[in-house]
Amino acid sequence: MSLRFQRLLFILLTLVIILSAILLILYNTRANVSYFYTPSEINKSDIVINKIIRIGGFVENNSFNKISSSKFKFKITDEKESILVTFNGILPDLFREGQGAVIEGAFVDNNIFNATNVFAKHDENYMPASIKEDLKDTGYWNKKYK
Amino acid sequence: MKFLVNPNKFNNIADVLLKPLFIISIILLILGLLFSFYLSPDDYQQGSTVRIMYVHVPSAWLALLTYVIMTLYSIVGLAFKIPFGFIVNTAVAPVGAIFTLICIISGSLWGKPMWGTWWVWDARLTSVAILFIVYLIIIFMNLSFENRFVREKVVAIFVLVGSVNLPIVKFSVDWWNTLHQPATISKLSKPNIDPSMMMPLIIMTFAFMMIGMTIAILRIKTEIISRKSNLN
Repeated sequence: MSLRFQRLLFILLTLVIILSAILLILYNTRANVSYFYTPSEINKSDIVINKIIRIGGFVENNSFNKISSSKFKFKITDEKESILVTFNGILPDLFREGQGAVIEGAFVDNNIFNATNVFAKHDENYMPASIKEDLKDTGYWNKKYK
Repeated sequence: MKFLVNPNKFNNIADVLLKPLFIISIILLILGLLFSFYLSPDDYQQGSTVRIMYVHVPSAWLALLTYVIMTLYSIVGLAFKIPFGFIVNTAVAPVGAIFTLICIISGSLWGKPMWGTWWVWDARLTSVAILFIVYLIIIFMNLSFENRFVREKVVAIFVLVGSVNLPIVKFSVDWWNTLHQPATISKLSKPNIDPSMMMPLIIMTFAFMMIGMTIAILRIKTEIISRKSNLN
């Protein structure tokens, strides 16, 4: 085994060890690294009133209600559980039913979540606006693009 | 392939390549900007804002690619005692830092209208911020230390330690819940982007690559000269 090969091996082994150490740390703290909880990750019995958390999911279809010009009520769902959200403020442009969203706020009681911030989440699909019309006209519009 | 590790051979090839690279990068940039602003369609959801992608995504790729190159050259420099590895390390760190900065700034400008916020501390954005700080530390380390031989080894080791961040940046969107969406072009099969939008993205990526290469070659040549004349 030549000297330079030993050095190479030493460097690579060190890298692997550092990487696995950091990944172990991150894996064990993943609840804190994740930016939001999904509705089904929130256990109804664990809800702490007025503790600020973030919840991410889709805005449930037919759940959006405008109470006044800046007061809104909607449900965030991950297709298993859904959470009723009230929000007083300005919604981002992309916010609409069926669209991904992350909301920041706290539970005011066991069923109602009061959001202080709403972020829209967009997916990794990009498509020209004209094609959407074509797809809709011909009936090939895929629900997952919503 | 000797020019990848030998400064003299690199210089010879660089002299030939520099001018064509410069011209190609300008042509590609003009073409890419034309495509991104005029010859590509609006997104079905994001409208015109999607055009930020044509700057944001290439700069993010290039920021990562530059760091991968630095990591490889650090290994070459440390394991095989080839000084050219350290020369490249010193020369390309600012290039990577600028690409990271462009990525962060364009991402913020994109995030405000789409997500509703300039910045959040989710895993992707935080790991890219760490990448930027690592680049800055490398630049400042290159400016410190009296003894060059100590400095280049310390920098190379730091580059290797910092390379641990690369898989975290890349896979953060898959491993954790993030506000940032997952990668669009991640598999070899058909990507989730229309060809008419893929086109400007590819042209801009090559444009950024050529610009980065031109600046890197200039900086490597400068570094070789300053070492030959013992300026530092």
